Amino acid sequence: MPQGSPDLFAGKPGSGNGRQVLTVSEITRDIKAILESAFSDVWVEGEVSNVNNHPSGHLYFSLKDKDAVLPAVIFSLGDRDIKFKIENGLKAVCFGRINVYPPHGNYKLLVEKIEPRGAGALQLALEQLKKKLEKEGFFAPERKRPLPYLPSRIGIVTALSGAAIKDILKVLDRRFGDIRVVINPARVQGEGAGKEIAQAIEDLNIFNEKATATERVEVLIVGRGGGSIEDLWAFNEEVVARAIYNSKIPVISAVGHERDVTVADLVADVRAPTPSVAAELVVPEKEALRQELADFNQGLAIAVRHIVDLLRRELESGIKKLSLVNPVALLDQNQLKIADLARQIVVRIGHCYKLKEAELRSAAEKLSSLSPLNILGRGYSITFSADGGAVIKEAEMVERGDKIMTRLHKGTVISRVEEVRKNG
Amino acid sequence: MAEIKFEEALKKLERIVEDLEQGDLSLDEALKKYQEGIELSRLCSQRLEGARKKIDLLSKNKKGEFELKSLDEGKLED
Repeated sequence: MPQGSPDLFAGKPGSGNGRQVLTVSEITRDIKAILESAFSDVWVEGEVSNVNNHPSGHLYFSLKDKDAVLPAVIFSLGDRDIKFKIENGLKAVCFGRINVYPPHGNYKLLVEKIEPRGAGALQLALEQLKKKLEKEGFFAPERKRPLPYLPSRIGIVTALSGAAIKDILKVLDRRFGDIRVVINPARVQGEGAGKEIAQAIEDLNIFNEKATATERVEVLIVGRGGGSIEDLWAFNEEVVARAIYNSKIPVISAVGHERDVTVADLVADVRAPTPSVAAELVVPEKEALRQELADFNQGLAIAVRHIVDLLRRELESGIKKLSLVNPVALLDQNQLKIADLARQIVVRIGHCYKLKEAELRSAAEKLSSLSPLNILGRGYSITFSADGGAVIKEAEMVERGDKIMTRLHKGTVISRVEEVRKNG
Repeated sequence: MAEIKFEEALKKLERIVEDLEQGDLSLDEALKKYQEGIELSRLCSQRLEGARKKIDLLSKNKKGEFELKSLDEGKLED
């Protein structure tokens, strides 16, 4: 037998004889060593399929193209900052290393990074998040709350160092001043900014739970000044969207970028295109409030005049009725009573004026025709008790010897009661 | 009365004007309301013209409780 030619029948396996026979473990170990060193950091492009969210938190899937499939896994998906959803059909580029798993005799790609292909990663993430939140009802118009008309406290979530806070405070200065601002600062860009913003919103809500009615924050402005879409990214993060959604305090989003609508804008109760506009929305202008106040003042004056008119008309009709049905004597007597009632009205109004002269000035202009002073000018007078200032309306209210004070058209007379006649 | 919020005072004033406009109050009641209205109106206009805003910073103390600390607007970084 020539040397070197294989002898299929000689010896037992593994007994040497020029052949190197490996155990399964051995060859697997070699394959593992070769593959893992050759593919220790690779970029692989393919379509995502067979996505399987394992309860352990790892995401198993396959990358495939026309002719081949590569199993892949992302360990501890939740701990990674992946902004889009990995789903079947997604074209992706993955970075990682090949790992051989001896117990199954297979290999897979351990993915360290994954990026969507084609459309920008951020845009894709945004579209996916918007779709998801919309399904959950985050953007529903019926859950938008109205803003308070004039909040006594405004909460602001933004960076202390940014332009936004200054813009907001500047606008508030020009508007109604009787306002308190509570700032809960948060970074508004960079890694982790979204979480800070969300936390700041939550904290203001927690603060509110224990706050007294006057301390309570009644509306939130959440935002920042303008920037690139990347700068504004925090306002597209799900954690921010959820914090706004869960906020019991109505939220105005104020991300300074009119073109791009952020997710925060969509969830917020009201969207303001800039922080300054948010401040304008939340506090009415002084001038508008002045006007409103002036309207109320006029309303007060008109109302009082109306009441007096009504009473006068009642009196006049009463006099008419009496003159028709009653004998002259009775009429006289009633007329006295009526005159007394009329005087009482005048006296009471006069009393009110005396106490509140300053406040009544604006109404007095409109009421000048009814001014009690004019009536006093016609010879009526008002009598007060000298001590307390109560108006003497009946003789029974005084006794002989009491000091009384009589207000005349011009000046006041203090007198002492000589005699009291209780019957008219 | 001094503690009433501006918005409440304004609302109260609005209600008083409405009540008076209804015209079914007795003279005594009407005058009382009128006086109250004038008082509220004066208060509102004082607040409107006089008040200045106040800024607080929300922070957590060591016990994890929230605290408000007054913030000087001039100290905001540029």
